[in-house]
Amino acid sequence: MASASSSIKNDEGIEKKAKHYTSANLATIFKKELADQFSSSRFTILFFLIMITGAVSFYAAVQNISGASAGDSEFVLVKIFTRAGNSLPPFTWFLSLLGPLVGLSMGFDAINGEQNRGTMSRLLSQPIYRDDVINGKFLARLAVLAIMTFALGGFVAGMGILLTGVAPSAEEIVRLLLYLALSIVYMAFWLVLSMLFSLLFRQTATSALGGIALWLLFSIFVPLLAGMVADAVFPVSDQSPAITQLYNIELKQGLARLSPATLYSEASVTLLSPDVRTLGPVLAEQASGAIMGFLPLGQSLLLIWPHLTGLIAATLIIFAATYTLFLRQEIRA
Amino acid sequence: MEHDGIISTVDLTKTYGDITAVDHLNLEINKGEIFGLLGPNGAGKTTTILMLMGLTEPTSGSLRVGGYDPMRDALDVKRIVGYMPDNIGFYDDMTGRENLRYTAELNHICGMEAEARIQSLLERVGLAEAADRKVKEYSRGMRQRLGVADVLLKDPKIVILDEPTLGLDPEAAKELLDMIRDMGRKEGKTVLISSHLLLQIQSVCDRVGIFVKGKLIAEGKIKDLAARLSSGCNVLEIKAEPREQLDDAVKSVAGVEDTEVEGDMLLVKGDGENLAPRIATELAARNMALYHMRIREYNLDDIYRKYFQGEEVKQNGISKLQHKK
Repeated sequence: MASASSSIKNDEGIEKKAKHYTSANLATIFKKELADQFSSSRFTILFFLIMITGAVSFYAAVQNISGASAGDSEFVLVKIFTRAGNSLPPFTWFLSLLGPLVGLSMGFDAINGEQNRGTMSRLLSQPIYRDDVINGKFLARLAVLAIMTFALGGFVAGMGILLTGVAPSAEEIVRLLLYLALSIVYMAFWLVLSMLFSLLFRQTATSALGGIALWLLFSIFVPLLAGMVADAVFPVSDQSPAITQLYNIELKQGLARLSPATLYSEASVTLLSPDVRTLGPVLAEQASGAIMGFLPLGQSLLLIWPHLTGLIAATLIIFAATYTLFLRQEIRA
Repeated sequence: MEHDGIISTVDLTKTYGDITAVDHLNLEINKGEIFGLLGPNGAGKTTTILMLMGLTEPTSGSLRVGGYDPMRDALDVKRIVGYMPDNIGFYDDMTGRENLRYTAELNHICGMEAEARIQSLLERVGLAEAADRKVKEYSRGMRQRLGVADVLLKDPKIVILDEPTLGLDPEAAKELLDMIRDMGRKEGKTVLISSHLLLQIQSVCDRVGIFVKGKLIAEGKIKDLAARLSSGCNVLEIKAEPREQLDDAVKSVAGVEDTEVEGDMLLVKGDGENLAPRIATELAARNMALYHMRIREYNLDDIYRKYFQGEEVKQNGISKLQHKK
């Protein structure tokens, strides 16, 4: 190995220390990035925005649930998250809308921001591996997302228990935790996407706009386009045979699921509403004779397993691309 | 070829597409010397430095920094080399001290040792009072001085400074250069300074290399360099009456290569120092009145400018390179 020959020339102690210290570098960068995130005004603004929308939608949901019939008392805790008030959408809707923004806001200047300020070449001329820089940046932001999400989820759930006075079952708590974990994965997807953009584009404004454009595309236009394409391929009218209608729906759903936003919203609905039994179209004959009831947690998970895998895989692939590009990037001062 | 110096490159080449940023560079910098890498913008100075730091891979050629190959042992190189990039940046929301603390941690200098070293460096660069102010309030000169502290924090054997005096007022530049001189002379560090400001840098450099369009076109002590560059191109200014006969008289002297009229003076090309007394004698012999005679010497700045301009005319691709920056 190269280090063997060089250690003859220089003191061996430094050589040995180097191997030992690589994880310390990661920790140093992680700590610094974490502090940066928490102290940034950008994060504070978004956090309070979500906090306020969460509180408002939570209040509306509690009002709604209080007025519900006694027979509706199962799964009260998760209903707080999914139940809409009279004029307000539910908490899950707010999180699915604002979550990507949090992810994007954290990552869009992760790399080009440092390059523009001239800190990147100074950072990389320190004896550290480049891996530590990109990993530290990513892990710190992921940690912030996790802390934020669990704090928020815990806050809403805790207030819910307090105000409704209904103790949650173990399954409810597990469902809630899974939902929060899913939300972290979804935000992490937008985080790595914006980090990739911050590597590809030199200007922070460009990478921010790129991220927002993709967010709009996936959240709004892909579901719209999916419907249009499906209607063009399988035109449906009143006289259409059932099979065409079925194909239309399946194509539409398949296309819409290309968007992580669709995957996330389907998965979160399934996790938080045990009465969701299927995500695809249901024929009348399939539904007839079915006993209405709640799906056990295992079955709910099985239903959204492909969604989870897809979201995690997409996040990992984008992170791998970012990682590779960053390691090969030319550093021009 | 052997790598003798503490910094040494052999046929180092870097191309970006069609553009050759560094062209077969052979550079030897000895331990403990202050070397100035001088050249116009876009000459490839920064590219060379980035290759020395292992931040950019050379297209071909080999290099050694402190005995290490930056392509393979980049971490070892970074451990012994302090690098101050041009347009050095700090984290604006952190104080000067916090910025240095971060660098210290990345270099595994911890605890009391780090605090003590940071304090002594801050005092040394004259930032002790501003240490706990946020960097965004710093002036350009203060940032640059913080950069010096940042570079010295890891106690490097080699210090590389890219355009350290750029954008500084003369007073701040002088202070910075004094610090650089101390690093080299008092602490025995090897210092490589890249700059396009020869006049500012020359006072601190032991040796300079003039770098144009990726090539080292001259190298050595400034005094020798000036002598070498100006030898053979001395011009003699002569003003004498009657004018009509002057040209004939001068041309009759052996050793005169060419003459040229400039205003009311005649410029004589040739070895000025030897020619001057002979021409004077000749004019006296012809009973002509000599009013003015002077050997026109180039000062350093002239030489430097002449060199660069000459090169730019010869190789007009240089403007392309500047674009890249």
